[in-house]
Amino acid sequence: MKDINRRNFIKNAALATGTSVLATSPFMSSAFYHQSADEIKVALIGCGGRGTGAAFQALSVKENVKLVAMADAFRDRLDSSYENLTKGKAGARVDVPEEHKFVGFDAYKKAMQLADVVILTTPPGFRPIHFEEAVRQNKHIFMEKPVATDAPGIRRVLDAAEVAKKKNLKVVVGLQRHYQTSYLETYKRVIDQGMIGDIVSARCYWNNDGVWVKPRQAGMTEMEYQMRNWYYFVWLCGDHIAEQHIHNIDVVNWFKGGYPTQAIGIGGREVRKGKEYGEIFDHHVVEFEYADGMILNSQCRHQPGTVANVSEHLIGTKGKATEGRIMDLKGNTLWRHRDRDDINPYQQEHNYLFNCIVNDIPVNDAERGAMSTMTSILGRMATYSGKKVTMEEALASDISLAPEAFTWDTLPKSLPDENGFYKIPVPGKFQAV
Amino acid sequence: MKLTFISAMLASLLIWKPTVEKESFEPYTETIPNTKHKFEMVCIPAGKFLMGSPANEANRNEDEGPQKQVELDAFWMAPYELTWDLFLVYQNRELEIDPQKAVDAVSRPTKPYVEMSFGQGKNGGFPVCNVTQYSARSFCKWLYLKTGHFYRLPTEAEWEYAAKAGSKTAWSFGDEAGQLGEYAWFFENSDGAYKKVGQKKPNAWGLYDMYGNVAEWTSDQYTADLFKNLKDGEKFSLKQPKTLYPITIKGGHWDSDPQETRSAARWPSSAKLKQRDPQIPKSDWWLTDAPFVGFRLVRPLHEPSKSEIEAYFAPPPKDK
Repeated sequence: MKDINRRNFIKNAALATGTSVLATSPFMSSAFYHQSADEIKVALIGCGGRGTGAAFQALSVKENVKLVAMADAFRDRLDSSYENLTKGKAGARVDVPEEHKFVGFDAYKKAMQLADVVILTTPPGFRPIHFEEAVRQNKHIFMEKPVATDAPGIRRVLDAAEVAKKKNLKVVVGLQRHYQTSYLETYKRVIDQGMIGDIVSARCYWNNDGVWVKPRQAGMTEMEYQMRNWYYFVWLCGDHIAEQHIHNIDVVNWFKGGYPTQAIGIGGREVRKGKEYGEIFDHHVVEFEYADGMILNSQCRHQPGTVANVSEHLIGTKGKATEGRIMDLKGNTLWRHRDRDDINPYQQEHNYLFNCIVNDIPVNDAERGAMSTMTSILGRMATYSGKKVTMEEALASDISLAPEAFTWDTLPKSLPDENGFYKIPVPGKFQAV
Repeated sequence: MKLTFISAMLASLLIWKPTVEKESFEPYTETIPNTKHKFEMVCIPAGKFLMGSPANEANRNEDEGPQKQVELDAFWMAPYELTWDLFLVYQNRELEIDPQKAVDAVSRPTKPYVEMSFGQGKNGGFPVCNVTQYSARSFCKWLYLKTGHFYRLPTEAEWEYAAKAGSKTAWSFGDEAGQLGEYAWFFENSDGAYKKVGQKKPNAWGLYDMYGNVAEWTSDQYTADLFKNLKDGEKFSLKQPKTLYPITIKGGHWDSDPQETRSAARWPSSAKLKQRDPQIPKSDWWLTDAPFVGFRLVRPLHEPSKSEIEAYFAPPPKDK
């Protein structure tokens, strides 16, 4: 009975769209939850390593949470995730019977129906349709970044984000730096206290060795191969500028309080030439320009043996800032954060989400997540095309990377040639927008 | 000098020395085949020392005593903490001069999603960090297969013996924390990051950065009551840890307060060192929350049997 009450409550809350009365309704008070000790049901959509990690964190919050459904395109991914979750510390909060394990492209819809909160952690190409459906079903949402891989996807997320706001759904996006003490403390000093003056320039990096590669197995359809090796296909991953470097670009957007208006860039494949690396670049260097003319220089690179650096740097009229540190213009440290007892930001984003759900505190990261994702897509459009691209035209782009349908036999839009190599964007010739 | 030269020659010729061969005990430089890298090893003589700290040492912890006399065999120790330059060649086989000649009989670290130096620098002499005990041991195994020499992590006793270098004070240079800055990178002078190895003063045995910079893995399971169970005069031997945590880490690091860097200070590893790994299962190779834990190589003068060596390289217990 409690469960039914709970679901009705969520539904009622969600149906009362756009009413400002909602927030102050006594029905929404935390007392309601505490009295009923109601259970919050969670569904995991996307059971890879990160999805399993996110589910673990959701099950580690102090609220009364239970994982009730799981969905993945692949049965083996779902099984290993289930095994890891049940044997882990959160195991007692996992209650996913066989009939609540859903496999395939439509699995997400069925899993969502059983939950109050959904975790969206499939490859990013699926995020827009999953987010849209979760909002349609009135679910609170944790979704990983990036939230799309192309402009049509971003527009769907932005539209759904508006609906989510009206429905008072809580949405947290896995740009966990927003929930990381060292960044929050830096933000306080840079923005609230103005320690570095006006920000006049910025640079950020995600330069590292690269990530995993999944070999093609005999008998795989092209769709299956691309989904297994999703990192190397733009429709699924967005390229590493979107999948990883978004974190750093997003930090600059956050501190800047806005999004770039245009970008130019250089990129290509220098070391990652094998066919196992699909179609994405191994380096992008982008100059983003904001409305006031401020330039953000952004670099991302996947090249072993090169200088590694993942960081963000702001240069102000009075000083410089990076995560957990503020310097004067000569580089002398003025403030430094010592992070000994900081809470794990991946845990904190879930603590925050569930606290917001129970105490009806508004949180909706979706628009910010979408616009920072769009910034990284803008950068990719600039490096793929070699042209100057404005945010306006990028956001309006009708180029959809998604396949025509989601079945194992559907051919994705990008296909290998007779030697197994994919077509790589050639700057100057590639149409990105 | 001549012996040093011969030893270095032998090492650079990469002759697999049978374990029975009598080894000359001299400092040497090991060149790693099929890479452009080499590293130094210095001699740590066999001997006895008082392990732990005296009851009157300032800021000491309960787990550092009562002091016991411990006997050790001779070993070589790297004068510097292991650097990323070398570790990355192990991590990325494509960085070997001829990847076709790379050793296949050893697993290599997965490519981590985050940048594991946390922006502190990787190229040109920075100490490796954020590596698990398994990762460090696997690196040693790679080195063993490459060079034929049994490299491993120091035991807790070996580490402390080497750090003390004959001293009986809190640090090898004395009891005054005020002098620490001459020997170590720690909270007050590190500006929040490790530094290239070997820039501070070495101890009497020629070892750099034993205190601060990065803390260092030992081979031993941590037990709070180590000293209570240690017999006076005992010969310290190599023991395999039974659980993944805790394992003893020594030496303090760039974010440590002075007392945490003392020779006798001990720190147990825990799952917290990996808490920010966003994936499940968590990585066997990377810590993610320890951009201040690295390691240093030792090599026993008397090489154990092949089966003992293999036992050392066996995969450790798994994360729970």
